[in-house]
Order: sequence, then structure tokens, then C-alpha cells
Amino acid sequence: MTVREGITLQAESAPATAALEAARLVLARDLRLAFRRPGEILQPLVFFAIITTLFPLAITPELSQLRVVAPGVVWIAALLASLLALEFLYRDDSHDGTLEQYALSGQSLTWLLFAKTAAHWLLTGAPLAVIAPVAALALGVPVSSVPGIVASVAVGSIALSLLGAIGAALTLGVRRSGVLLSILTLPLAIPVLIFGASATQRAVNGSSIEAPLYLLAAIAVLGLTLAPVAAAAAVRISLE
Amino acid sequence: MAWTWFHRLGSPPYVYSLAARLTPWFAWPAAALILYGSYLGLAIAPEDYQQGDSYRIMYVHVPSAWMSLMVYTTMAIAAAVGLIWRMKVAHAVAASCAALGATFTFCTLVTGSIWGAPTWGTYWEWDPRLTFQLVLLFQFLGYSALRAAIEDPQRADRVTAVLAVVGVVNVPIIHYSVEWWNSLHQTASVMKLGKPSMPPEMLVPLLVMALGFTFLFAALLLTRLRAEILSRERAASWIRDVVNA
Repeated sequence: MTVREGITLQAESAPATAALEAARLVLARDLRLAFRRPGEILQPLVFFAIITTLFPLAITPELSQLRVVAPGVVWIAALLASLLALEFLYRDDSHDGTLEQYALSGQSLTWLLFAKTAAHWLLTGAPLAVIAPVAALALGVPVSSVPGIVASVAVGSIALSLLGAIGAALTLGVRRSGVLLSILTLPLAIPVLIFGASATQRAVNGSSIEAPLYLLAAIAVLGLTLAPVAAAAAVRISLE
Repeated sequence: MAWTWFHRLGSPPYVYSLAARLTPWFAWPAAALILYGSYLGLAIAPEDYQQGDSYRIMYVHVPSAWMSLMVYTTMAIAAAVGLIWRMKVAHAVAASCAALGATFTFCTLVTGSIWGAPTWGTYWEWDPRLTFQLVLLFQFLGYSALRAAIEDPQRADRVTAVLAVVGVVNVPIIHYSVEWWNSLHQTASVMKLGKPSMPPEMLVPLLVMALGFTFLFAALLLTRLRAEILSRERAASWIRDVVNA
């Protein structure tokens, strides 16, 4: 079933079911299109790896000293890689008019953008949560901290994807919007960075990561409920 | 009937003349209050038992900080009004707030830095409140950058309005940051439940300066608003009547 046929389900089933069905189709479409160009999925991850490589070269190769800064380095690199990947979120769909079709389709644009953000997280945030511990290990953290790092980066990257979706929607029509997108998204992402780095630091020290992890989860849930609404409003304004 | 005053505020020529009439009512009291508050703060208020006379920069630092938060909130409310009721004038108010808010935030950071040097021993500290105040400055600058980057003025208004509303979450974070984190910055002495923890001889100049800064913001906002309206409505016919009058 194509996306067009899926969107016209509205007349046949209840509106809520049709919105979820349309969202599922958009998610499947985005994932399918992304896997046709695997290079684009790998680019943010390679960027992440390069950034984490720069720090030992610039600061010191001593593992004992790198261990101290490892949580912050991993999180800043994850943040920058996420920002880089955000440009791919709406770019193709806004260029070929699919985003306008979504806005005009009569389906809930909030749910469709939520599906797009979910696909984006599956393609960038989830892989980051897998290779972040590898980078941290390279910076000298103990192996026992790996589960904590995976948990904090996984939850934090959900929040980052959602906040970034708002920023990307706001800069939709702007040319060369990369730096502007970073300027707008980074202030909103700072609490995520603070709690994420705190959770990673505690994982490295061996203490419980519960407190910052719950706060990260709270930000993620707040984003899950409100960010797609704000992004949909921003997309509608940008498409006028 | 009851809401006519609100709908009249949607008319640029009405707001332009209203702003022109109101500005002196804010500007002169602002000057008087700030002069009187400075005199009270510098000459009359007693020395602090720990900091001596160097605490007196509080009389500029704290009102600037309160104003920076108030200006962002004003900007967010004006942006929300513009988005919901589609009033051009509300968007003009939000646009006028941006540069004023950035200046108040910058003054807060600079005066705080000057105060920190003798008392904390450092010009800067990566303390939660200072960091989030710096983030507020970036938010004001980001708002202006986004507005400048979009060519269509109506789209620019509405997109920056969404940004302003989304960013208002930083304002309570700044205020409560000294309670939620172990902060070097002191906790709230005035804006809290219960009595202020400052003696009245020190508190009264602070309140006078705060009121003076509020009136100053109102006067500056009204002046910038008039300039903003003139710039937006430059093709309209009522402008010619105003200019020729």
C-alpha cells in the first residue's frame, strides 16, 4: 500500500485510527527511503567518531586524564552529530513537496511529524547510543560504565531529536540554515546536555545514575508530548 | 463593548498615537525613580556587614536581572497573542522586545561579573544561574538571527513567535536554578514566599530601582514600538498624515 492510498483511509475508519495508520506509513516510508542511501545514515556516526578522536589529540593522550573529561566529550560529540543529522530531517520532503502534501492531507500533521522524528531517532539517535560507549571506552572509561552510558545517550538522544525537530521546522525555508539551526537548538538542548553528562559521569564513577536518568526521561516525555505540536505549527507557518 | 479596548489595540495607527501619548508618562517617572533609587542606594543604604560598599552594584544588577526575565516573558506573551489572534501589532511588540531584552541580559551579566570579582574572587563562574542567564542572552540573539534570516515579514513574525513561546521554558529554570542546584549564587531574597530576607533600608532602594527600570523598559519599548510600526506600515496612507502633521 502506498502512502497516498494509506492517507485516504480517513473516510473508512475513525479519525484517530487513520492518524496512527498514516503515522505508521510515514515511519515505514522514511525508514525505507533512508536505507536506500546508507551513506547518509553513517555520516553523523563517522562525524561523531572523528570529533571524539580530536579531543585526545588536542588535550592529552593520557587515559587517566581523558577519563575525567570523557563524559563531557562523548556528550558534546553526540550533540554536534545530532545537530548535523537534523538537517536531513525535513530537507528531502520539503524539496519535493511531500511535506506540503502532509500538511494538506487532512491527517494530523502532529502525528505525521512525530512519525518522521521517530524515524529520525531510529536512524541517528539509536546508533549513537550504540557507538557512544565504544568512544567512551576509547577515552579510558571502565567497562562497567557501558550500560549507564547506553541508557543515558539513548534517552537523551530522544529528547535531542524532538527538540531538534522544532528547530528544523523553524528554519525550514532558510537557506544555509545549518549554523542558525545550531544557535536555535543548543539553548534548548542544554538541560539535556547537563543531565546526560551528569548521568554518564556517575556511570563512570560507579554510582547510581537514577536521578539524572529520570530527569532526562522527564525532558524526553515532555518533548514527546509537546514537540510535535510545536513542530507542526512551525511547519504550517513555514509552508504558507 | 467590554473588549473594544483590546481590539482597538490591533490597529497600528491607534497604537502609534497611544504610544506617543504614553511615553512621557513612563519616561519622566523612570528618570526620577532611577535617580532617587541611585541616591538611596549609594548614599542612604547602610554598608553590608560582609561586603562593605561593594554590594551596592546590586541596585543595578538585580533590577537588570528581573527586567531580562520580564522582557522575555513579555516577548513570549506578545508572540503568543500575535499567533493566536493574528495581530500585527503584537508581533511588532515582540520584535521591539528582542534588542531591549538582550541589552538587559548583557547588563546583568556584566554587572554580575563586576560584583563577582571582589566577592567571589572571580569574574565568571560556571554556576547554574549564570549559565542559564547566558543561555537567555543566546535565546535573544537567536530570535533576532532567525528574524533576520527570513525574508517574508509575516512568516518571520510567526516563525519567531513560535521560537519565543518554545523558549519561555528557560525563564522559570533561571529563577529556580539556585534552588534546584548547589549554586554559588545566592538564593532568592525577595521573589519568594514569605518575608524578604533583606532589611528595609536595603530593600527600599532596590524596589525603587526595580520600579524605575520597569518604567524605563516601558518607555523604551513604546519608542521602539513606534519605530517598528512606522517601518512596517511605511506603505500605508496614514503614515503620510502623521509625517505631514
